[in-house]
Amino acid sequence: MMLTLHQLTKSFQGTPALNGVSLSVGAGERVALLGHNGAGKSTLMKIILGLIPYDSGEVMVTGAAPGSPHARMQVAYLPENVAFHPALTGLEQTRTYLRLRGHDPALAMPLLERVGLHAAAKRRIGTYSKGMRQRVGLAQALIGRPKLLVLDEPTSGLDPVSRRGFYALLDGLAAEGASILLSSHALTEVEARTDRVLILSAGNLVAQGALSDLRRQAALSVLLQITPRDRAAVAAALPEARDEGGLLTLTCPQSTKLATLARITALGDKVADLDVLPPSLEDIYSHFSQRDGQ
Amino acid sequence: MINRILAIAGSEARIALRNRWVAILVAMMALFALVLSAAGSAPTGVLGADRLSVIVASLTSLSVYLVPLMALLMSFDAVAGEVERGTLSLLLTYPVSRAEVLAGKLLAHLAILTLAVAVGYGVAAAAALATDHEATNGLAALWRLMWSSVLLGATFLGVGYAISALARRPSGAAGLAIGLWLVAIVLYDLGLLAAVVADNGGTFTSAIFPYTLLANPADAFRLFNLAASQATSAAAGIGGAASTIPIWQSLTSIALWPVLALAIANAAFRKVTP
Repeated sequence: MMLTLHQLTKSFQGTPALNGVSLSVGAGERVALLGHNGAGKSTLMKIILGLIPYDSGEVMVTGAAPGSPHARMQVAYLPENVAFHPALTGLEQTRTYLRLRGHDPALAMPLLERVGLHAAAKRRIGTYSKGMRQRVGLAQALIGRPKLLVLDEPTSGLDPVSRRGFYALLDGLAAEGASILLSSHALTEVEARTDRVLILSAGNLVAQGALSDLRRQAALSVLLQITPRDRAAVAAALPEARDEGGLLTLTCPQSTKLATLARITALGDKVADLDVLPPSLEDIYSHFSQRDGQ
Repeated sequence: MINRILAIAGSEARIALRNRWVAILVAMMALFALVLSAAGSAPTGVLGADRLSVIVASLTSLSVYLVPLMALLMSFDAVAGEVERGTLSLLLTYPVSRAEVLAGKLLAHLAILTLAVAVGYGVAAAAALATDHEATNGLAALWRLMWSSVLLGATFLGVGYAISALARRPSGAAGLAIGLWLVAIVLYDLGLLAAVVADNGGTFTSAIFPYTLLANPADAFRLFNLAASQATSAAAGIGGAASTIPIWQSLTSIALWPVLALAIANAAFRKVTP
């Protein structure tokens, strides 16, 4: 295990931030940490990195205490809204980070090329956009094949094309055996790109597992959207459907999904089109995070 | 360890260059030294000392104000600035200790300070040597002034880092740094002067006053240079006290202060959570 947390508890001046959180991340695993603002995601990451102390529980990072020299050698971090000194260029900043990890500073340019920033490498970071700063942050997180990458909102500020490139990079790292723990608000992109999700709500780990498992556990209903050709006939055949601006929508639990579909298709050419919308990650996420709050 | 310290130092030096700190400090020292050289040319004949020794006495009085000011200007942002920019948390996840971070910053800032002081004193020395052949007698005093200025600078860099770590915000740190400079360099001496006058030659003046001077790194610096250069007659005010305090005592003070200040800075920096 690259990362093991057991009954981790942390509070700030009496306000609980994390309540008995237990989780583990194996080698080569990509894990997404989901939660509202203030759910404890950043606190959890800072404890893993050894930046802040914790009250009780156990934390093991690459087999060592968090923040210990051994752990710091193996762990890379990309903070939320990563910042650098504006007077330095991306290249200079990356060279400094390489030297701090004991690597050849000449590797800076290839690293920046890898994140697509080589053209602006010699410009001051003060002139960079948020997405460009994020790339510098990503470049420094790639230094020296880290065993565990802790990425706090890594894709914020990146455009959709860059995001795809970013996740391709992560896939490559995971394939080489690196473990990845990332937090994100962009739930749909996490869906396709991670092996497991963890849902934090008000300091509690309310759900964890592969997304398909969570979807089954939540047992949320499926949304069917029908575009009728003969509205009256369709509405009569499906009395439970709601009329929403020309579309007829109805929800049904997973268990009766096929039966409901059969009823709709039986209507033949009275139906112009049909869309089946499974519960989105957002739905699953609010299901788990609200259930705990109530 | 050395590589990590050098990496931080290189980065800091580059930032100081870009922010024009290096240019400003060097120009400031050179300008003041030139003005002093021009103004200090008059009393030479009266005192019978060589010209460089007289200039060293004037430079001592100047440096007591400028060196701590330059050191505080460079250091007040060192920790608070990183906290505010949000760069500290990432830095502290690197395999680099907080002591190494401070050491790197110190190395860069001290190198810049040394450069500024060397240029300033060099300009003054060149002006003196060009006009007075006896001025080579004062070279030893100039060298002493040089390295003791670096020690004084290191003290106030350490104090500045400590303030920066305690204040957490650059604006607060800047205010504290200016306040501290005013108290340690200006008000401290005024207070002592008032106490000596009020005491009128009593036990305070004879027993306590010398130690209050030694306790302040700036006063110890002044005592050391004035006593060592034997040019006390050229300096006003505290110069009189210099002759009564053994030179090893002032030397001990200026040598211990940087260690103490940096230890305090390190302790304060340890308490900062990013």
